[in-house]
Amino acid sequence: MRKLFVPVLAITALMFAYSPIAIAYAPYESTMRLVQKIFYYHFPAWMALTVSVTVCTVASAVYLFKGSPRADRIAVAAAEITVIFGLFGLVSGSLWGRKAWGVWWQWDARLTMAFLLELIFFGYILVRNYGGPGAEKLAAAMGIFGGATAPFVYKSVDWWRTVHPKTSVMTTLGETSPEMWYVVWFCTFTILLFMGLLLAARIRLEEQRAALDQLYLAAED
Amino acid sequence: MRFFQVALLVLKKDFAIELKSYEILSTTLFFAVSCVAIFSFAFVREGEAPVDAAAGILWIAIAFSGTLALGRTFERERYGETLKALLLAPAPRPAIYLGKLLGIMTLLFATEVVVVPMVAFLFSAPFFERPLLLVALLALGTLGYASVGTLFAAMLVRARTRDVMLPILLYPITIPVIIAGVRGTSALLASPVDEPVAMLWIGLLSFFDVVFVTLSLWTFEPLMTE
Amino acid sequence: MIRRIWIAFVSLMLVGASAFAQPPQEGTSDGFVPMSSLPPGEELPAARFVVASYAFFLLLMLFYLWTIWNRLSKVEKDMKELERRNGGAAR
Repeated sequence: MRKLFVPVLAITALMFAYSPIAIAYAPYESTMRLVQKIFYYHFPAWMALTVSVTVCTVASAVYLFKGSPRADRIAVAAAEITVIFGLFGLVSGSLWGRKAWGVWWQWDARLTMAFLLELIFFGYILVRNYGGPGAEKLAAAMGIFGGATAPFVYKSVDWWRTVHPKTSVMTTLGETSPEMWYVVWFCTFTILLFMGLLLAARIRLEEQRAALDQLYLAAED
Repeated sequence: MRFFQVALLVLKKDFAIELKSYEILSTTLFFAVSCVAIFSFAFVREGEAPVDAAAGILWIAIAFSGTLALGRTFERERYGETLKALLLAPAPRPAIYLGKLLGIMTLLFATEVVVVPMVAFLFSAPFFERPLLLVALLALGTLGYASVGTLFAAMLVRARTRDVMLPILLYPITIPVIIAGVRGTSALLASPVDEPVAMLWIGLLSFFDVVFVTLSLWTFEPLMTE
Repeated sequence: MIRRIWIAFVSLMLVGASAFAQPPQEGTSDGFVPMSSLPPGEELPAARFVVASYAFFLLLMLFYLWTIWNRLSKVEKDMKELERRNGGAAR
């Protein structure tokens, strides 16, 4: 797996380099026009976040019930990635909304739930750092409950009439605009690859920390 | 059924201890009342308080006093080292969780019995037009909040920074419950009473409750073992 | 036995509550509608938001990569130090 890192990094870098070109050539949206182009990173960021939340929740459950330290490392890495991508998603959405809706923020269902998700995983990081000994299990519980909240973020725009674009935008994009569809999925694939690379790097940090702890223990003997 | 017997035993134990001094009940009640009072002062304008604020203030008071009650209850357990003893007992762990949950819920219900009329009085809010719906909202909301709270408070007993961590962990996860409670209660305060909306939020609260209680029962055991 | 009853109860509640919680559905779907060119005078105010958004992405990711790199090099420095000391003590 480690051997794949550099090739994937090269491919991702190329895709990132191409993405502004693809985005610039994508057609404009008729009501939102230029500012809609934020969508081409905004949506992939939330896709990446969904993946990292799922990874964190599953890894937390595995750690809690099986005690696997590897699962714990994956969980903490995924939680940090969630916070980072969530931060970008919230800020980019806010910038988009300032132009498209006239306000920086709205307390509609999806924005509220997304913000909560961000808070939950930020709490995960806080517990890991400041919870004292045994904090890994507490954080794992946060990860599991955070994962339980996540589906509501997705479904909330379908259940409540809100100002945020509905999920049907994406499901019908193939028919409404194939060019946009290609660009969106290209960017999504790019950012997912990038997320995978970040995750791998972060997991490596945790592995090195665990190795360091082993060395400390060996030094004490 | 042994499971419920154990839960009721834990509940009886907590009752017995509490009935000796009423320490947690009185402090929680007083805190809830001061909470409502502070919010009233903050929102009153020209001698009148906005009725819309009543629902939010009610649920904030419940949430804050719930945090206090959780902290105090488990601090008592930690001080007497009774939690360790409970976990060593040959009883199913989820039953212990259920017993503690019932205790916290009873405490919160007692608080609500005082706080709801107080908010209705101070804000001239017509809470009691649909008493059954109000009771359903309060019961389901309190269950949702207390289920997550009991789990987190129990698992934080051994942590160093437990007092500060409990709100940090609890509030983001229980905000959906609070939102549902506030929206449902606001629907009850509207004139005419917006029943379908209130029922919608009651449905959502039941959904949250099922998810949270199930998750809590499931994760209680691995979280409490070292 | 209890577990089965509980699972049945949970599934019933989930189905029931989710059916309960459906608000009225809308008839219209609001998808994106593409357009090929911009009418003039519409571009400038939005550009700053688009640029800010992508710039924030770049800065945030660079920042995060920098923090990972920072922490990793600190850990590896400690590891080398310990290996040196362990190697010396073992002899």
